[in-house]
Amino acid sequence: MEKTWNNKAWFLVLPVLVLVAFSAVIPLMTVVNYSVQDTFGNNVFFWAGTEWFEELLSSSRFWEAMVRNLIFSFIILAIEVPLGIFIALNMPKKGWGVPVCLVLMALPLLIPWNVVGTIWQVFGRNDIGLLGYYVNALGIDYNYVQDPFDAWVTVIIMDVWHWTSLVVLLCYAGLVSIPDAFYQAAKIDGASRWAVFRYIQLPKMNRVLLIAVLLRFMDSFMIYTEPFVVTGGGPGNSTTFLSIDLVKTALGQFDLGPAAAMSLVYFLIVLLLSWVFYTVMTNYDAER
Amino acid sequence: MARIDVNHVRHSYLPNPQKDADFALREVHHVFEDGGAYALLGPSGCGKTTLLNIISGLLHPSHGQLLFNGKDVTSLSTQERNIAQVFQFPVIYDTMTVYDNLAFPLRNRGVPEADVDRKVRETLEMIDLASWAKKKARGLTADQKQKISLGRGLVRSDVNAILFDEPLTVIDPHMKWVLRSQLKQLHRRFGYTMVYVTHDQTEALTFADQVVVMYDGGIVQIGTPAELFERPRHTFVGYFIGSPGMNVMPVAIDGKTATLGSQRIELPGAPKAAAGKAGSGAIELGIRPEYVRLGNDGMPVTISKVEDLGRHKVVRAKLEGRDIAAVIGEDESVPADPKVRFDPAGINIYADSWRVEMEA
Repeated sequence: MEKTWNNKAWFLVLPVLVLVAFSAVIPLMTVVNYSVQDTFGNNVFFWAGTEWFEELLSSSRFWEAMVRNLIFSFIILAIEVPLGIFIALNMPKKGWGVPVCLVLMALPLLIPWNVVGTIWQVFGRNDIGLLGYYVNALGIDYNYVQDPFDAWVTVIIMDVWHWTSLVVLLCYAGLVSIPDAFYQAAKIDGASRWAVFRYIQLPKMNRVLLIAVLLRFMDSFMIYTEPFVVTGGGPGNSTTFLSIDLVKTALGQFDLGPAAAMSLVYFLIVLLLSWVFYTVMTNYDAER
Repeated sequence: MARIDVNHVRHSYLPNPQKDADFALREVHHVFEDGGAYALLGPSGCGKTTLLNIISGLLHPSHGQLLFNGKDVTSLSTQERNIAQVFQFPVIYDTMTVYDNLAFPLRNRGVPEADVDRKVRETLEMIDLASWAKKKARGLTADQKQKISLGRGLVRSDVNAILFDEPLTVIDPHMKWVLRSQLKQLHRRFGYTMVYVTHDQTEALTFADQVVVMYDGGIVQIGTPAELFERPRHTFVGYFIGSPGMNVMPVAIDGKTATLGSQRIELPGAPKAAAGKAGSGAIELGIRPEYVRLGNDGMPVTISKVEDLGRHKVVRAKLEGRDIAAVIGEDESVPADPKVRFDPAGINIYADSWRVEMEA
């Protein structure tokens, strides 16, 4: 069949292209622009080539923040995903409990990041904070301002408190879409509780779990506000994650070149790891 | 295989049922004989699925008792009852292969792997999916999936009964016929006790030796397909079975004569006691369209429509101002001055919707 060439379709795509250009491509390109130049103010730029990238990749500060961030994301996923599944499995499927649970679950998600940070910053203080005061009263030496371990525990608990709901809600959505007949058939087949989970619930949750893992990974890998409000990256650099480091470089020191180089590397890492997660989980899905 | 006694079972989905209307199942008292093929037939919402789920143990009845081979199983769980059930929509474990799907109920019960393998292979042959054993179950067609659901029931040879809950709803018409005859064959070969829920009369009548017709939470008639056709016990059975359904018209009875408007109809016998008495409710005469003879003598009718169904014609007419249907042969034609007679063999008399016997 003769193909009809009609370029009018471009006009239909154009608005989207313009929008994407202004919202993503052009800002990204300015960052690329900064990353290969040096500036001393007054909009005077000097070509720097790959200098900032070389400096960044050989800086121990960057790698330390990166390792901290990877460990943080790993711990977050290891806690929030199983915990989220567990809570979703135990939520009521009908009756008045459903709206109650859903609202309770949605509440943390509705609170702005910096408010969450402030809540925990106060909550954990050992002079006036409910948590900090009573934990110390129990004889446990807890002080997130001075002890790096305590700071980590606080930041992790805060994130779990804030974001497990997201995993719960996604899993719950997957669970309620399973028709009753599946559970009835499983009873007829004599399936154990574990087999029901393994062969009915988990496969049906697969899709939403993928979304949950991706969202939680990207979010935790880019986490900024909450630890910044609670610990400010300290004590020392113990809770300085990549984004905190980036903001320090870009805004604190106004080193636009190194900050731009760091942004790009950061961006590529998030992209790469998300792609790995996606490929692994969808392949695993297809294989089974 | 087992004989299943359903003893005065009532069930309500409400916590505190008071009136009869609160019960999804008003009262069922029936015995499903060992090795019988039963169909539960009725319109949607008549309680047939409720009854099925009570037998399989997915529901526990509010009142009454359930016996398998004389043993009380009312409080036992589904697992302990050892029942197979096939649902309306195919349930498969789509991350498993066809083989593992069939092995699942056996492995759950800790059957040794050698026996599992033997049973699964047998079952795969039975349901004609042997060449699909290693395939993932997810990519199969609806009827293959339903065969797997069925296979998971058949693979356990010791089940007390196999229950079917409208299993062919999602299957293509052609495959329906194939699967139904396969089921029938399996029943003949292995003598399972089978209970088959459907609202499709053709399905019920071809599948079952005994058809249990349910209406509004109760059983209205149990019988062979022929009995249901010739002697419907309740006017509902008359309407529900047969296409078109039975003609039912109010009459007055005097001995061996029924009066319908200005027409008198000779009955094969005088209805027994109840029918004649006042206060026993409306008296009705039921006759299937197949027994209404259209010709040149009898009661005058006005024809409103003739439907040609290919094998026969359905004549819709008015008799004494009431709708009546008659079935005539494909080659017969409608007379110019149409009249109808009722074949006495097809006449049934109903008092208050229930059939009354006639004296010979």
